[in-house]
Amino acid sequence: MNRKVVQYGQMAGLASLLLLGGCSGLDVLDPKGPVGDQQKFLILESTIAMLIVVIPTILLTCWFAWKYRSGNTSAEYLKNWSHSNKLEVIVWGVPTIIIVFLAVITYQTCYSLDPYKPLEAKADVKPLHVEVVALDWKWLFIYPEQGIATVNQLAMPVNTPVDFLLTSDSVMNAFFVPRLGSMIYAMAGMQTQLHLMASEPGDFAGESANYSGRGFSDMKFRALAMPQDQFDAWVAKVRESSDTLDDASYARLAAPSEANPVAYYSTVVPNLFDQIVAKYNNGMVMDKSTGQMIHVQSAMADESMKE
Amino acid sequence: MLGRFSLADLPLDVPILVGTFVGVVIVGIAVLGLITYYGKWGYLWKEWLISVDHKRLAVMYIVLALVALFRGFADAIMMRTQLALAYAGNPGYLPPHHYDQVFSAHGTIMIFFLAMAFMTGLFNLVVPLQIGARDVAFPFLNNLSFWMTAVGFILVNVSLFIGEFSQCGWLAYPPLSETQFSPGVGVDYYIIALQIAGVGTLLTGVNFFVTIIKMRAPGMTMMKMPVFTWTAFCASILIMLAFPVLTVALALLGLDRYLGMHFFTNDGGGNQMLYLSLIWTWGHPEVYILILPAFGVFSEVVPTFSRKPLFGYSTMVYATCAILVLSLVVWLHHFFTMGAGANVNAFFGIATMIISIPTGVKLFNWLFTMYKGRVEFHATMYWAVGFMITFTIGGMTGVMMAIPAADFVLHNSLFLIAHFHNVIIGGVYFGYVCGMNFWFPKAFGFKLNEAWGKRAFWLWCVGFYFAFMPLYVLGFQGMTRRLNHYDNPDWHPWLLVAEVGAVMILLGIVCQLMQLYVSVRDRNLPENIDVTGDPWNARSLEWSTSSPPPVYNFAIVPHVHELDAYFHDKENGIDTRRAGSSYAPIHMPKNTSAGLWCGLFSLILGFALVWYIWWAVVIGLVGLVATVILRSADKDIDYYIPAEEVARIENEHSRKLMAQAAE
Repeated sequence: MNRKVVQYGQMAGLASLLLLGGCSGLDVLDPKGPVGDQQKFLILESTIAMLIVVIPTILLTCWFAWKYRSGNTSAEYLKNWSHSNKLEVIVWGVPTIIIVFLAVITYQTCYSLDPYKPLEAKADVKPLHVEVVALDWKWLFIYPEQGIATVNQLAMPVNTPVDFLLTSDSVMNAFFVPRLGSMIYAMAGMQTQLHLMASEPGDFAGESANYSGRGFSDMKFRALAMPQDQFDAWVAKVRESSDTLDDASYARLAAPSEANPVAYYSTVVPNLFDQIVAKYNNGMVMDKSTGQMIHVQSAMADESMKE
Repeated sequence: MLGRFSLADLPLDVPILVGTFVGVVIVGIAVLGLITYYGKWGYLWKEWLISVDHKRLAVMYIVLALVALFRGFADAIMMRTQLALAYAGNPGYLPPHHYDQVFSAHGTIMIFFLAMAFMTGLFNLVVPLQIGARDVAFPFLNNLSFWMTAVGFILVNVSLFIGEFSQCGWLAYPPLSETQFSPGVGVDYYIIALQIAGVGTLLTGVNFFVTIIKMRAPGMTMMKMPVFTWTAFCASILIMLAFPVLTVALALLGLDRYLGMHFFTNDGGGNQMLYLSLIWTWGHPEVYILILPAFGVFSEVVPTFSRKPLFGYSTMVYATCAILVLSLVVWLHHFFTMGAGANVNAFFGIATMIISIPTGVKLFNWLFTMYKGRVEFHATMYWAVGFMITFTIGGMTGVMMAIPAADFVLHNSLFLIAHFHNVIIGGVYFGYVCGMNFWFPKAFGFKLNEAWGKRAFWLWCVGFYFAFMPLYVLGFQGMTRRLNHYDNPDWHPWLLVAEVGAVMILLGIVCQLMQLYVSVRDRNLPENIDVTGDPWNARSLEWSTSSPPPVYNFAIVPHVHELDAYFHDKENGIDTRRAGSSYAPIHMPKNTSAGLWCGLFSLILGFALVWYIWWAVVIGLVGLVATVILRSADKDIDYYIPAEEVARIENEHSRKLMAQAAE
């Protein structure tokens, strides 16, 4: 019986996969990076494991309801039967076995897919650092190594791990590119981390996954994954922009605005990201390398301390 | 004089609201006119508004819940329609300012005023009768609870026409809900309405906890309590544990907003993560507060209509208690994506999925209750079987999201929305409607119409699948919740299907109203009227008294020897009523208008706080305190029903029974 149940479960899992496969645009189940790939596998694996109980339960419900309907007097009727140790073992045992299995993969994937864990890449590939700031209602991406910044457009070379550091200069948002995998909250005065990688070139939708007010629906960006040479060309293009991001232009950018177009900034004031975090912490920010709180010298933090 | 209110706060420029207002006024005048025309004011006042009778309060709670259902559903279908339209450059018909209020109100109303009120209504109707008690432990508090809940609901609806409601979602996450980002009155309406209603809920929890602990009929040990009472007991414990946390979370947010403090602000040392932790420390037990009583309903309904005892009673009790404990240690799964470490996420993920074991056990127990039974398909049973199938799917998707690494791509998506509607509609709502169909004859003395009940079920059930299965797909397509418009062509067809589902659910609600109308119209037909008090040949004590029960419930307090006490008595030919024996005078609580006055002053207090009308705040506060003091000093709060009166009522019922038997 058990083998049959497993078979049915697998069949149903496959059937639902095929059904979903017929739909277009299933970003989460059609990932373009290693993180998303593992998450897709995890979702399917856990679904199939649960279908082993879920499908028989649903079928049994229909079958019992039909077979033991009051009109069917030929069915056996046990007026006082209400206990069976054998069945008790099954009803506690089967769900427990499945949950033990799921608990094991939960534990493993909590570590293997921890958003704070750096991704592995080929030895000669250096990760790209991107600092993400959620603003009302747009995304600011700062590339500290390249010294550039963009709004609502995120570019990355393929097969290169991207180390994101995120904060918010407004309310809570969640940074999410469904095609790449994990999301993480961006919160003012705090830094969260996320590690993603694109394994093939593409133009992926990015969004805020945490409601943040009036302009939330248009708080979208595009994530462009491209070969390294094209990425270098993209960086060069951004560097040609006449706009620069300094304290004054940042203040203008940070003011609430909706459905912002893509913007490029050829230069960025150094440690802008730290300044944004520090202005909510009396000018302090955590040094990522040492874990110590350090003071950030900035006009912005001084401004907020005066308030 | 009027605080921060100005005429500009009236939404005269929003035709939907003006139209709704006119409609509400017309219906209101019609209702008041009819009451006046039929001279029913005295009856309404004495028998209902100031009643401390748990059966009357039950009806008032459920009426409140149904009104909340209409409001909450109107919000729902407006959102679905907006998303069916607002595609590829079309802004739809609800601008963000209005739309954001609609989804915030929808969640708030559905949870606090539909689900909680419906649940409390069922507690009131069933628990005292099931344990053989004559009322709850604190009848006045029961009435007070109702009025506090009602006032909360009134305040939420006042915000529709005066000012605005919160635009921060049903849990009002800061810093968005802080003054800096939401300076209007919306969040204040939200905080104050929930604080007032929360008093009612907390008192309900205390009341039913004490009632169940102290007032069970002689012989009814804990392990002889019906399962619905067990679930009410566990839900009451959870209310007492969880609701104070909600009160504190909202109070701290209120201090931020009213006194400029910094509990959850971005700056000044505030910490928004603390609010999430507090609100979900309440919020997760809250969903178990709602679902446990629904499980209780099914545990009464399935055995009754399967003509068998419940399979595995003690397992069911242990499973309920296990869920009670576990529900308190899983709240972090609502924010796996906040950046906690892998070890923390793993703990809460695994704790969450462990809950599915006792829950799965419950499902199997209902399944094996049907097994080798004689299942009668009343409308009531339709809801139960529909639940068993639907809830299983919702449970599965819940466990998927309990895996943190999977939640990283499902969190806050429409997959989540599909999941929790799957368990709240397919579990909580199906359960409460099932209970309403089951116990309606107990409250009113006649049955609900079967045909309309089944129509309502099919439309709700099929409508649910149409409305929410597409949302699972949309979640996989990367669509997040609370979007006002979008331009992804892959999403549009699924949102159209969801709209069709919403319309089917609308028709389901219409069928429920028709069911009520037809049932009241045909109440005196012999097949509908319930003379015996036991129309379903059911098992527990509430069916041993007449329908509706006399004010004192039981002329002679029943003695319990077995689980399924009443069924046991019937089997053994014991006359539970012991008709014709000599009766003793019965001690009963007196009706009091104090609860209504407390509610009225709370309404003034709440409204004035929202608008900073400080002189009215003083009036509300003084009135409230004075009422409580006066009530506390009142010694004249009870009376005795004379034995002759009890005998008269009981003999009349006996005559009716004999007349029916003779027919």
